[in-house]
Amino acid sequence: MANKRRVVVTGLGVVSSNGTNVSDFKQAIKSGNSGIRYSEELNNLKFSCQISGKPLYNKDYLNNYFKSNQLHKLNASGLEYGVISGVDAWNDAGLSVNESDTPNWDAGVIFGTGILGVDKFREAIYKVDEGNVRRLGSTVVTQTMASGISAYLGGMLGCGNVVTTNSSACSTGTEAIIMAYNRISSGNAEIILAGSTNDSGPYVWGGFDTMRILPYQYNQDPTKASRPMSATACGFVPGSGAGAVVVESLDSAQKRGAKIYAEILGGHVNSGGQRNGGSMTAPNNEAVQRCISKAVDHAGINVSDIDAINGHLTATTKDSTEIHNWCEALNRRGKDFPYINSLKSMVGHCLAASGSIESVATILQLDNNFIFGNVNCEDLHPEIAALIDREKVPTKTIAYTPNIIAKASFGFGDVNACIIFKKYKPS
Amino acid sequence: MTKEELLSKLKTIVTPYVQNTEGLNALNENTDFIKDLEINSANLVDVVLDVEDEFDIEIDNEAMEKMIDVKSSIAVIESKLAAK
Repeated sequence: MANKRRVVVTGLGVVSSNGTNVSDFKQAIKSGNSGIRYSEELNNLKFSCQISGKPLYNKDYLNNYFKSNQLHKLNASGLEYGVISGVDAWNDAGLSVNESDTPNWDAGVIFGTGILGVDKFREAIYKVDEGNVRRLGSTVVTQTMASGISAYLGGMLGCGNVVTTNSSACSTGTEAIIMAYNRISSGNAEIILAGSTNDSGPYVWGGFDTMRILPYQYNQDPTKASRPMSATACGFVPGSGAGAVVVESLDSAQKRGAKIYAEILGGHVNSGGQRNGGSMTAPNNEAVQRCISKAVDHAGINVSDIDAINGHLTATTKDSTEIHNWCEALNRRGKDFPYINSLKSMVGHCLAASGSIESVATILQLDNNFIFGNVNCEDLHPEIAALIDREKVPTKTIAYTPNIIAKASFGFGDVNACIIFKKYKPS
Repeated sequence: MTKEELLSKLKTIVTPYVQNTEGLNALNENTDFIKDLEINSANLVDVVLDVEDEFDIEIDNEAMEKMIDVKSSIAVIESKLAAK
């Protein structure tokens, strides 16, 4: 570990319901702007929850990212979000598209998703069932294979290192960045475009609606619906979008003279094995605490060094449990607890994309010296208030200069990921 | 339908798949889809499906295999239209 290479973040991209580029997104999270809106479509389909956090943009916008043959019969929202955020991050890092015949052997893509191209797959299912398989077209496979997103990005940019898609439910995005970190710190790559994406729509969100874990009380008041850590939290708002970060060795970033947004100190992923309270849908607390502790150890910091936490905090009854786990893992409580926030209060739960979108938000806080406020958390849950001081859960954005922020994501399957970001300081 | 009309319709159909615009501007009976227009070979099947939609015809696998340039594509379309 003593010899591991330093790894930094040199580019950011995001497509979110409250901002479809980094600059709009940064403004939105600072101002507490919600991207959650009423959905006529979900109403027509008799969903209990008729609101969602879905990115909005004009279809013409895609011409900036896709070639005409790629756009033809494109019907995969996750692919759109992933490509926009990925290409934006690449450009933001000052990297160019590789126009040569030789792949860039040192650059790769690790871009996760839960499921891709659901709407395209629906189209295909209808055609197959009608006995019309001959008319599916050539891109059903590439729009619906999970690794479609890394494949599109890898080809567009000309990457010759690892090009893969990870999938670990709602921890996917954070896991992707940790995988990129590990590959670069071990010397197997110099630059990796890491991130994750998630499709929009009723076929993705319906499974959660039927589990009765989405809020149904706020269909007329969408921006109030996502209430992480609140006493009146009543389920997570379904969301979608994509986040992307360019992860790069410090050596490579310095050689290129790239802007450095933050340093990645380390991270950890694990599973609770669906044992000891853990299940397909609930976390094993011991595993969550262990994941956080291992990330802290891997980063080579002390628990007292953490200035802020960007939690998973989905706005379900598990929020109190998550706070309890942070308290136990960090052995910090009350006024000694770090600041904590949840992006889900503004964009809902972007599922496989949540970890990467939230990591972009976390890195923006380090780069711009603020902690964004938790909207809809005026009524802090009493179980949380008993553990940590009220002022550690700001409801409005505060000016503050964090040095180290821990970001965690947890997913179905009892899987956990925790990553440690640090303000970059040349040494 | 005249040959010119057919050619013009075919040109519109292949346009989204073309990666060599010079080839498209110079499109004529002897244009090869892959060599001259640099259409990705996987997209040839999409060209055929779009031709089916445009002319309301069905192109079987055997005919499809012939549709790799403008001349043979027009021949296939003409024969399918005539058989309607």
